[in-house]
Amino acid sequence: MSDVAVRPSTPLLANAWIKAGLIIAGIAAAALVGARLDPTGTVHKVLVDPFVQMADMPDLFVQTIWEGLVSGVLYALIALGFVLIFKASGVFNFAQGIMVVFAALTLVGLYEKGVPAFLAVILTLGVMFVLAFTIERVVLRPLVNQPDIILFMATFGITYFLIGFGESLFGGNPKQMITEQLWLPRGALEFEVLGGRLMLQKIDIAAAVIASLMIAALALFFQYTRIGRALRAVADSHKAALSVGISLNQIWVIVWFAAGNVALITGIMWGARSDVSFALEIVALKALPVLILGGFTSIPGAIVGGLIIGIGEKLGEFYWGPLIGGGIESWLAYFIALGFLLFRPQGLFGDKIIERI
Amino acid sequence: MFYREAGQFKTSYSADMAVFPIRQDRIGLAVILLIAFVAIPFIGNDFFISSVMIPFLVFSLAAIGLNILTGYTGLISLGTAAFMGVGAYSCYKLTTFFPDVNIIVLVLVSGLFSAAIGVLFGLPSLRIKGFYLAVATLAAQFFLQWAFVRVPWLFNYNASGAIEVPQRTLFDIPVTGASASPETRYFVCLGLVVVLTWFASNLVHGRLGRSWMAVRDMDIAAELMGIKLLNAKLAAFAVSSYFAGVAGAMMIFFWYGTAEAADVFSIRLSFNILFMVIIGGLGSLIGSFFGAAFLAVLPTAMKFGLPALGVPLAGATAEHVTFMLVGALIIIFLIVEPHGLARLWQIGKQKLRTWPFPY
Amino acid sequence: MSAAMDTIREAAAASVPKPQARHGEVLLAVENVSLRFGGVKAINDVSFDIRKGEVRAIIGPNGAGKTSMLNCINGFYHPQEGRIAYRGVTRARMRPHQAAAAGIARTFQNVALFKGMSTLDNIMTGRTLKMKRGFFWQALRFGPAMTEEIAHRKVVEDIIDFLQIQHIRKLPVGKLPYGLQKRVELGRALAMEPELLLLDEPMAGMNLEEKEDMCRFILDVNQQFGTTIALIEHDMGVVMDLSDRVVVLEYGRKIADGTPDEVKRDQKVIDAYLGVAH
Repeated sequence: MSDVAVRPSTPLLANAWIKAGLIIAGIAAAALVGARLDPTGTVHKVLVDPFVQMADMPDLFVQTIWEGLVSGVLYALIALGFVLIFKASGVFNFAQGIMVVFAALTLVGLYEKGVPAFLAVILTLGVMFVLAFTIERVVLRPLVNQPDIILFMATFGITYFLIGFGESLFGGNPKQMITEQLWLPRGALEFEVLGGRLMLQKIDIAAAVIASLMIAALALFFQYTRIGRALRAVADSHKAALSVGISLNQIWVIVWFAAGNVALITGIMWGARSDVSFALEIVALKALPVLILGGFTSIPGAIVGGLIIGIGEKLGEFYWGPLIGGGIESWLAYFIALGFLLFRPQGLFGDKIIERI
Repeated sequence: MFYREAGQFKTSYSADMAVFPIRQDRIGLAVILLIAFVAIPFIGNDFFISSVMIPFLVFSLAAIGLNILTGYTGLISLGTAAFMGVGAYSCYKLTTFFPDVNIIVLVLVSGLFSAAIGVLFGLPSLRIKGFYLAVATLAAQFFLQWAFVRVPWLFNYNASGAIEVPQRTLFDIPVTGASASPETRYFVCLGLVVVLTWFASNLVHGRLGRSWMAVRDMDIAAELMGIKLLNAKLAAFAVSSYFAGVAGAMMIFFWYGTAEAADVFSIRLSFNILFMVIIGGLGSLIGSFFGAAFLAVLPTAMKFGLPALGVPLAGATAEHVTFMLVGALIIIFLIVEPHGLARLWQIGKQKLRTWPFPY
Repeated sequence: MSAAMDTIREAAAASVPKPQARHGEVLLAVENVSLRFGGVKAINDVSFDIRKGEVRAIIGPNGAGKTSMLNCINGFYHPQEGRIAYRGVTRARMRPHQAAAAGIARTFQNVALFKGMSTLDNIMTGRTLKMKRGFFWQALRFGPAMTEEIAHRKVVEDIIDFLQIQHIRKLPVGKLPYGLQKRVELGRALAMEPELLLLDEPMAGMNLEEKEDMCRFILDVNQQFGTTIALIEHDMGVVMDLSDRVVVLEYGRKIADGTPDEVKRDQKVIDAYLGVAH
């Protein structure tokens, strides 16, 4: 009976994009002025010099962008796991990061015990299925219909439990990912481009390709299958989905298992580039800015968000980092997301938050 | 039977609005304070006081701060550790500049710096609602952690990057530094916690506390009552960060003695405080104490309790098992009692009203 | 229903002397207001006024724009066209807390109580604007802040007596039945001592007894405290008996404006709405 309470359209100047455009124009103008005035001043160093550097050595610029793209793809993969679970159950699965580590460790651990590589993959998938089943039984079922914040906190609990469990099973030392055994390419491709050299790791290209395939498959699955529709129904309302006969339990096991698969692939890709260790869990926190940019329920959003964060981070660290002491990768992503949020509180692709009065 | 309120009539509004209206509660509070101030220093050994009681006090204060922000006002924060760090470093710099000023005064003042930073990172809460706000506090956490390492001025250009707490005295008794005895440090912490908890309780029971809870429950309606959301939310950030800052200063000055900031004020600590608040009970001051007690005692209990029960555990394994236990306990609590230990305590008191009769 | 209402009305009128010249100057003037959500026009060129001391009903079928109208008066929505003048002053983009400060209070269709607090605390939040003691006095609690709390507690207790909700004073409102929640919400609005009270379907979902109680309260508020009331309601019997004047909306447009009798006989209204008697 109440009227829909979407905030009505606002006058021109209050529009977020216009505001952003004006601010960027203002900064650009200040930069130009600064450049004219004083080539050694701070304004020049911050607003002009980095761009000059980019233009001077375009091959380095492209290399940085490529690095950003690659880490962006990996962020996107982690975010994908989040999106899957959030889309289907409304739960922000904080444990996704640790699931990535856990999957990778299981794979490597099995291989070290002597299991051949591809069998190890299948067994790991089995382990992830058991994990999904257990989580659904032990954690999700008792907490059905609790507010979202409670479910979020429960995933914290799962995270800590898996950290302890994983560490006691596999030990805390970093391990090597079994890239060769999985037929993943090694080595790099070198190009002569833009007056300089560009080096692309083959594994990174493989990661991008695999990620794209997986994302396409998932998108199709959600859109066109019966289970996909059921998943979307569950995301909207548990109670309503139950009342039309959708089995929440089945759906959740499927979704968490799918997220487990994504976690495994992410773990393999990530482990191939650097070691597999529990430090990955902190990286998983970076998925949050990605999700904020892309919206929590959008698969393409996760990709775009991941790429923006990945590229933004690398560019920021490489060109602006040295100005303030370096190491800004640890927090730049969050500030990028924060900036976006202030202009568009629901992210790039997210659903507009409708407040009913 | 012992807990019946029968016969306790309130004849004035002020009596009705007291924080502990039931006489038995007041007696209980007096007993607890007696134990805290008298029994524990006499009976407890040095190890117990240094490794259990002092951490308990520090964590309680931080948990109260986070509870005000997340439990009472509904603004999720994952940056508590960073605000604690701001307090610690502010105190360090203040005592470097003013070595003669009483350290307790400086500890209380350093909270103000935390409060200022907290308000700064709380500004986005006006536009951003609910879970998305976590990003602002995460930005604070990682940025401040980075600053603690990369800004050498903060640790007085010390080569190791750590801060060493200088010796400070109170009435000629050393309270910080190597020669300060655990009992002295314990009393200072206890005094600070008691006073600041009293302030927190007053705020929470008054107009500001009601405004906070209104913002948490339905901010649209709160705005209708004339509550300015900006002021209420920023006040929550300010007070919460103040408490976290003082707790951080206490942590370094009265507990650790020296600190490698990157290790101490990390995101793990933020999560730990959040767990204390969840397990203890969101929106409950006494819950903060319960949660802090729980998580402060747990590692020690694991280390000594299990071998005492005959289960041999290597050091590293104990840590792993602790993680698993904490994780499992969080899940169990959320299933059994999402409102935490505080609600269990209330239920217990309810049962006490009729004990030994069933109803 | 009508007979019962007549009795109540007569009793109220007999017990309380009618204040002089109540329906005098215009308190709120809505002039040519239009409100759009994207492409949908929720309110289309609506004008009416509310006089001081009267009970004004806003009625109409679902989707007519009634709640949106209240939201505009409150400051939640800002109409793209037209103006709303309260006490003669036009506000360009008034925020809800400014509306509160100006003396406008409101209840909601889907009870907007603070579910985590008790009845007493909920009504005490209504006194927020009247409480002046700052942060440091509150941190101390004993002293001026306590005196202020007690003074306002007295006022709130008067409201609780008026609404007869003493027995649920300390209960968390989330546990109360719907009818009582609506009453608590009315209490919270009254605690603001408003000049203009906006009630959005205060009797939705109530049974006959609860409705009669609520009617009595609304009448008492209007006659004892002199509060101007704007009321959205679907129960035609209530509207016809309680209100002094009625404005009828349909699909965002005003189709009738006048006394209940006039509106009752207006053919446009009958066509749009009054086909079914409640």
